[in-house]
Amino acid sequence: MSLLRFCEWLASTPGSIALHESLYVYLIVSTVHVVTLTLFVGTAVMLDLRLLGVTLRSVPVSEVAGRLWPWTAMGFLVMIVSGALLFYANPPPRYQNIFFRAKMLLLVLAGINALVFHRTVYRNVTEWDLDPVPPGRARAAGGLALLFWAATIVSGRMIAYDWFDCSKQPQPKIVNVLAGCVTDTR
Amino acid sequence: MALMSLLPFFEWCENSDLIVAMRGSLWLFPMIESVHLMGLALVGGAVLMVDLRLLGFGLRRQPVAQVAKEAQPWLLASLGVMLPSGFLLFMASAVKCFYLPAFWVKMASLSVALVFTFVVRRHLAMAPEGSVNPLRAKAVALVSLSLWSSVAIAGRLVGFP
Repeated sequence: MSLLRFCEWLASTPGSIALHESLYVYLIVSTVHVVTLTLFVGTAVMLDLRLLGVTLRSVPVSEVAGRLWPWTAMGFLVMIVSGALLFYANPPPRYQNIFFRAKMLLLVLAGINALVFHRTVYRNVTEWDLDPVPPGRARAAGGLALLFWAATIVSGRMIAYDWFDCSKQPQPKIVNVLAGCVTDTR
Repeated sequence: MALMSLLPFFEWCENSDLIVAMRGSLWLFPMIESVHLMGLALVGGAVLMVDLRLLGFGLRRQPVAQVAKEAQPWLLASLGVMLPSGFLLFMASAVKCFYLPAFWVKMASLSVALVFTFVVRRHLAMAPEGSVNPLRAKAVALVSLSLWSSVAIAGRLVGFP
């Protein structure tokens, strides 16, 4: 089964229909998703800024990371659950939304950046824990993370705009390819 | 009613040359909205860091005053992003805002939150270590979190079509 067919099936489930047609639940879920930016991105940004050496310079990096991590993780969990519900309310339009696809890609890139950071420079954090300005590779990870979060926020906001919707044809070929639109070629 | 006398100003905002010119661009308003959301994340980080510390979480090995001092420039920077971007978004649909209770709730809670943060919370956070009743510190953090949450939630509601 293709992903599009799966999304179409998902849209036919009672939960998806109920969420799609609800007046308040969708509104509440989307409000939770946006407001949790403060917890998730807010705490992540503080660590990134420490990695860049521009805040909390006298506090060990591992201390900032360790104390903020549970809050970032909690925020991430709320983001994933509320985000999945927002997707579940409109599966095919989201799946074929070019900005939604960009956002998913950016999340993967942000995840890879965090993973690489943890597997490499952060392993020897004891050597640079107290440096007011961490080494280049740690700064690079912090800076990249900030860029990825900013781009994720932009693409997330753009999902609401349907300029490149598959139902709005004609579109440039590149748009149809990137959005996975099934264009009639008979 | 006194509020009614403000309506012409709201109407002027929406039809100002600036906003009319900006409407010519498809991407401009979505970009301003995105910048406003980036500011939201940063406000969140700067506010939470101090409130979590007051509640005994987060950077609890550092003195409250230090955490508050480190957070201050980021709070100011985020407000420097939020206020201008928010004002442009407001101008673009000022008349809708005028009739929207959520908008007035947001403005009221924002005013209280700003005063509370820069007067009450700042005074408490800068007090010498150990001179503040921990219960009082926790209460201040909870009030701050509630005020900023209502700004954010009401703000989200203003954004609904």
